[in-house]
Amino acid sequence: MRITCPLCGARDHREFTYKGAALPVPALDSGVAEWDAHVHLRENPAGPHEELWQHAMGCGAWLKVRRNTVSHEILAVELAQDAGLVIKEDRS
Amino acid sequence: MRIAGKGLVSHNRTVNFSFNGKDYMGLEGDTLASALLANDVHLVGRSFKYHRPRGILTAGSEEPNALVSTGKGAARDPNIRATQQELFEGLAAQSQNCWPSVERDVMAVNDLAAPFLGAGFYYKTFMWPAPLWEKLYEPIIRRAAGLGALSGAANKDPYEKAFAFCDLLVIGSGPAGLMAALTAGRAGADVILAEDDSRMGGRLLAEVEEVDGKPVHVWVAEALAELEAMDNVRLMPRTAVTGVYDHGTYSALERVSHHLPPSQSLKTAHRPRECFWRIAAKASVLAAGAIERPIAFRNNDRPGIMMAGAVRAYLNRWGVAPGERITVFANNDDAHRTARDLVAEGVHVTAVIDSRHDAPDSGEFPVIKGAMICDSAGRHRLESVTIRSVNGEEKLQTDCLAVSGGWNPSVHLTCHMGARPEWNRELAAFLPKPDAVPGMVVAGAANGVFSTYGALQDGAQAAITALAGIGTSVDAVPLPEASDAPYRISPLWAVPGKGRAWLDFQNDVTVKDVAQAARENFRSVEHMKRYTTQGMATDQGKNSNVAALAVLADATGRSIAETGVTTFRPPFVPTSIAAMGAGAEDQGFMPQRYLTSHKASLQRGAANIEVGLWYRASYFAKDGESTWRQSCDREVTMVRNAVGVCDVSTLGKIDIQGPDAAKLLDLVYTNLFSTLKLGRVRYGLMLREDGFVMDDGTTARLGENHYVMTTTTAAAGQVMAHLEYLTQVVRPDFDVRFTSVTDQWAQFSVAGPKARDLIDALVDEDVNSETFPFMACGAITVSGVAGRLFRISFSGEHAYEIAVPARYGEALYRLLLERADPLGGGPYGMEALNVLRIEKGFITHSEINGTVTAFDLGMQGLVSKKKSCWGKALSERDGLMDDDRMRLVGLKPVGAMQALSAGAHLFDPDATVERVNDLGYVTSVGFSPTLGHMIGLAMLSGGPDRMGDTIRLVDHTRGIDTLCEVVNPVFFDPEGGRVRG
Repeated sequence: MRITCPLCGARDHREFTYKGAALPVPALDSGVAEWDAHVHLRENPAGPHEELWQHAMGCGAWLKVRRNTVSHEILAVELAQDAGLVIKEDRS
Repeated sequence: MRIAGKGLVSHNRTVNFSFNGKDYMGLEGDTLASALLANDVHLVGRSFKYHRPRGILTAGSEEPNALVSTGKGAARDPNIRATQQELFEGLAAQSQNCWPSVERDVMAVNDLAAPFLGAGFYYKTFMWPAPLWEKLYEPIIRRAAGLGALSGAANKDPYEKAFAFCDLLVIGSGPAGLMAALTAGRAGADVILAEDDSRMGGRLLAEVEEVDGKPVHVWVAEALAELEAMDNVRLMPRTAVTGVYDHGTYSALERVSHHLPPSQSLKTAHRPRECFWRIAAKASVLAAGAIERPIAFRNNDRPGIMMAGAVRAYLNRWGVAPGERITVFANNDDAHRTARDLVAEGVHVTAVIDSRHDAPDSGEFPVIKGAMICDSAGRHRLESVTIRSVNGEEKLQTDCLAVSGGWNPSVHLTCHMGARPEWNRELAAFLPKPDAVPGMVVAGAANGVFSTYGALQDGAQAAITALAGIGTSVDAVPLPEASDAPYRISPLWAVPGKGRAWLDFQNDVTVKDVAQAARENFRSVEHMKRYTTQGMATDQGKNSNVAALAVLADATGRSIAETGVTTFRPPFVPTSIAAMGAGAEDQGFMPQRYLTSHKASLQRGAANIEVGLWYRASYFAKDGESTWRQSCDREVTMVRNAVGVCDVSTLGKIDIQGPDAAKLLDLVYTNLFSTLKLGRVRYGLMLREDGFVMDDGTTARLGENHYVMTTTTAAAGQVMAHLEYLTQVVRPDFDVRFTSVTDQWAQFSVAGPKARDLIDALVDEDVNSETFPFMACGAITVSGVAGRLFRISFSGEHAYEIAVPARYGEALYRLLLERADPLGGGPYGMEALNVLRIEKGFITHSEINGTVTAFDLGMQGLVSKKKSCWGKALSERDGLMDDDRMRLVGLKPVGAMQALSAGAHLFDPDATVERVNDLGYVTSVGFSPTLGHMIGLAMLSGGPDRMGDTIRLVDHTRGIDTLCEVVNPVFFDPEGGRVRG
């Protein structure tokens, strides 16, 4: 597998580490139920899937990668910092 | 028999070699197989199961029979295909799977027992009684199994890994591959042309024909010369592409020096034996050609029975006639070329036996149409064949039979990403599924285009198509003239009749075995394969799989298309583990991280221990100390009574700066850091998002917006990645930057009642309870070097950590020891550090093992109620706050001196030792010289509520079963007076 890091170019997958689905992060104080859903109740789609990878052995950038879980085709890569996954503001 | 002047070998340059201890002579350009055939040696090995005599079948890497061992001692290479091993002066090769010799092999008795050894023999025979399996059956089967043998000694031959990149990878250098490479190369594309064979040209090297009006090998030489002159083309002979992976990643095995005498290759030229390549190609052309398939008939496995295309290759490329009276047996036109070429060189062709009634009369030799060969005779070499035709059966004297059942396109690599090939009735062959691999275009014989002109045209077009796919437009190149003969075939897989007709030569699978598998309801091709072991040998059934499934289709009344093929997986050719694992043997490329104090520690008698990639001092043996415990006990006592020095630079150090640095710390730590005063240090706990503890450590505030965080040695990388995640994904709005400075700072713990005396005398500043109270930090200078001082303690003693830039680390360490010695102090290692922290109930990753919460560790108070933090929400789940959870306690033995052990499990003294009664486990133990007995930390169900209880500790692995008392995990100085003093 090869992933094109927006900062470094196409690199072998062994330079990257995988975290999981790229999901918007709940507010810290949004309670157990919402955090439980965020951490444990994940979709497992056969097809396009947005997920977080870090170019750990390269520039260290966290990436949002859109990957087809069936064909492994990489459909899109962007810097996670531009992906709008930012934590919701605390209610308090 | 060699034909003078014929072929692409150097007839005036002889090469001496030996086979099974006997000396022979070959020619430069020979393979071991061609040289043996030139010397009229046909019997080269014994089959795997029945130990039947076997000879050379093919001329390529698909060879199932002619496997030999080369090399001596530790460097012995088993299962080398004689058809690929290039001859070199002094080559010594041996047959395999025979004893005492290939001519007189005692295990040939298996062949007589054949009626009992059919498909599924092992499955049926070794079923019961079950207890015999481990003791009796398995060892016997293991001894009989396996082809060839390693020496058992460690092989010191060098192997390598390498990486390559290109626009277009062309796999195979026959007509299609050469034309693809020329087309792409002339257009300026970055091309790699990989060829399994030692010589480029593929099938063209084995044929007599004209291309572009000149002899074919002249055209090949000119094409190669043109490619070689291009800077953008890399030719890789002896390189088999072995696997296809996602996104244009290909693996390949290069046989770098198997063709050289060991003295030339390894010692002087420093060349590896093999190199395992990982090639990243934007696009590829698969021009891997086709593999000829045999026809199964009774006793079709005798030495002297060969593939028709191989006989032609030995004749045309190596100038060798593999017999004096050669017969051809085929179901297609292509095999007639073998007879034609042999006759042209004056070799006697007895007849072409063609199963087709409409076979052509193609030359100066008899063609017996509508006939088949139904048996053969001859012990170690073919002597005769039996022909069955409308006129009945008749014997024909012959010493070589050239068989062709047609050609199977080499579709293997197109299947590595999950695609299945598709059956083509007209060609009686499986063809690659279109677009089976993104970016790969298949061309030539691999694509079912068998004529030379067709392959040239297909190869050129494939390069244009493949490059267009990556946005490079390429002009068509002029195509040379060449033969465009049609490929005509009528399927014939097995000649009906009694007796054993062989399909898989390497695993001894017969037509009967496949039919029996079908009768026993192993009807799926995958089941038949495993039941009969068809195609499961080192050749992976390259010759035989298609015929076997055709036989299965026949036996089950289905079509071949319905029956399907088994899955082709990497590697395409056998690949040595040494090549795939190159760089990982012994230390390999694994980094070794040494502390700045390493050398000085060794001089003080340090024994090193590996901590991750780091090497740390475990203990410092003094004269008279014969065990590590003696040193450890002394070091602990030294720290408690005087002062000890320990290198703690392995702890992760992260420098954090920016206006939002405090906000980041408040997010990542459970406790508040925004309230931390300048010049102060605080202990912190961080959680994973699921609420369990990730790591702990201290963070010091060095400036208004400047902090330095320490992590545990084990979690340094994980914490760094976590901070990067939080600042890039979760809070990209934070104005903060951080970087790892673990390697930049050397840091030493100075601990013990005399620590202040030592530090105060050492640094330029005054160090006292006013300037450096407990948990203070600040800049200092030591001998003029700017450093940092932290008043923190991991031992419970009055202690400091002093840090200087790493280049001064060794000097500072030596200076610290120099100052410690007169105070009755000295160095201490990891063992003592561990005992000191257990005495104080301090945790490490033995306790933070991924399943514990702050609550479990008795640190719930560190989870601030005033703010939220990462992981806090899920840490507050009901189940994670249950009093009955396994929670941190101390353990001490009851009664006389008893051993404790980490990993032991805990039970009520009156409960049976069963999993359901398991109350917890021991995480850390050590002998406390301070207290005079063993102490331990444990996670115990409802632990803090059991203080004073007696608990049973059981360690089946070490044979320990003892009683303990549950105590406060802080064994020593629970009030903490010493650390503050």
